[in-house]
Amino acid sequence: MVKIESKDAFTAGTVPLAGHGGDEIEAYLARPLAPEPHGSVVVIHHMPGYDDATKEMVRTFAAHGYAAIMPNLHWRDAPGAAPDDAAAASRAAGGVPDARLLGDVAGAAAHLRGLPNSNGRVGSIGHCSGGRQSFLAACSLDLDAAVDCYGAFVVGEPPENFPLAVSSLVHLIPDLRCPVLGLFGAEDKYPSPEEVGELERELERHGKAHEFHIYPEAAHAFFAVDRPSYRPAAAMDGWRRVFAFFDEHLRP
Amino acid sequence: MCTYVTEFATMDGSAKGATGWFPCTRAAVYVDHPFHARHEHTVNIDFTNPELGPSARVAVELTEESALALIEAIRTALAAAPPGLASGGPLS
Repeated sequence: MVKIESKDAFTAGTVPLAGHGGDEIEAYLARPLAPEPHGSVVVIHHMPGYDDATKEMVRTFAAHGYAAIMPNLHWRDAPGAAPDDAAAASRAAGGVPDARLLGDVAGAAAHLRGLPNSNGRVGSIGHCSGGRQSFLAACSLDLDAAVDCYGAFVVGEPPENFPLAVSSLVHLIPDLRCPVLGLFGAEDKYPSPEEVGELERELERHGKAHEFHIYPEAAHAFFAVDRPSYRPAAAMDGWRRVFAFFDEHLRP
Repeated sequence: MCTYVTEFATMDGSAKGATGWFPCTRAAVYVDHPFHARHEHTVNIDFTNPELGPSARVAVELTEESALALIEAIRTALAAAPPGLASGGPLS
């Protein structure tokens, strides 16, 4: 008789997190209950905020044996507000500054490494604006793997009238500390396939480990199950590649 | 794409949000991904009162055609009324 095991059991919920400057912010944590050592992932939410669809991604990592945490990057702009109201308040205030983002991701990584049974290895993943932020974190923080899902302005400067303090990250590529997986849509304009090609050439020029995939018939936000941009075939293959990548770099 | 570009306009009026009526002091207008509308991009307008917090917000997400039709309807309605009838005085 085959024994039925519950190795996939996990717990999930909201926790306080020490973020940038020691500020206490809200975060969503999901972690496996199994006693074996596990790798961890910081999930960086997109510009529309700390929403249900991204919380589901956090739970998906836990279901696959990773501890995962998503800091609410808009908490300071709108503590306790609904994710859409918080995202609007953050946008009106000029968006999430890069320095604050790094402080929050660093706090999230430290929280994950402090969990019982952490193997000490932490990766990051982000979509849309979070893709750029995941790449930024990989250039600046002690991470072991990073996934950039269609982040714009990793290469290429935003138009001059952009009110947000986002800029190209090309100058940081020499500091990139870990392998990067990049997942993009061929129909996307931000980043365009040309910009993805430029980023890949820069990573090659600096000898940085990376793996890029551009999905045909997918545009921006093809992972977003609650949006019309969702492309199941690209998203399913993308998830497969994300887990293969993290299994290689974050497992004991 | 995430456009990031936001246009602001000072408002003098009221809006009715999730918790009832509030004095509306600002509108933020941007073209970006919507939260709810079933389109990849929309014209989004947030009627807010920042002093009352982030929940003092009435949000609309409109297609480009809808937004332009709304502008036209506002102009037509104003043109049909005596000039200055709905004026609150100059906005700061």
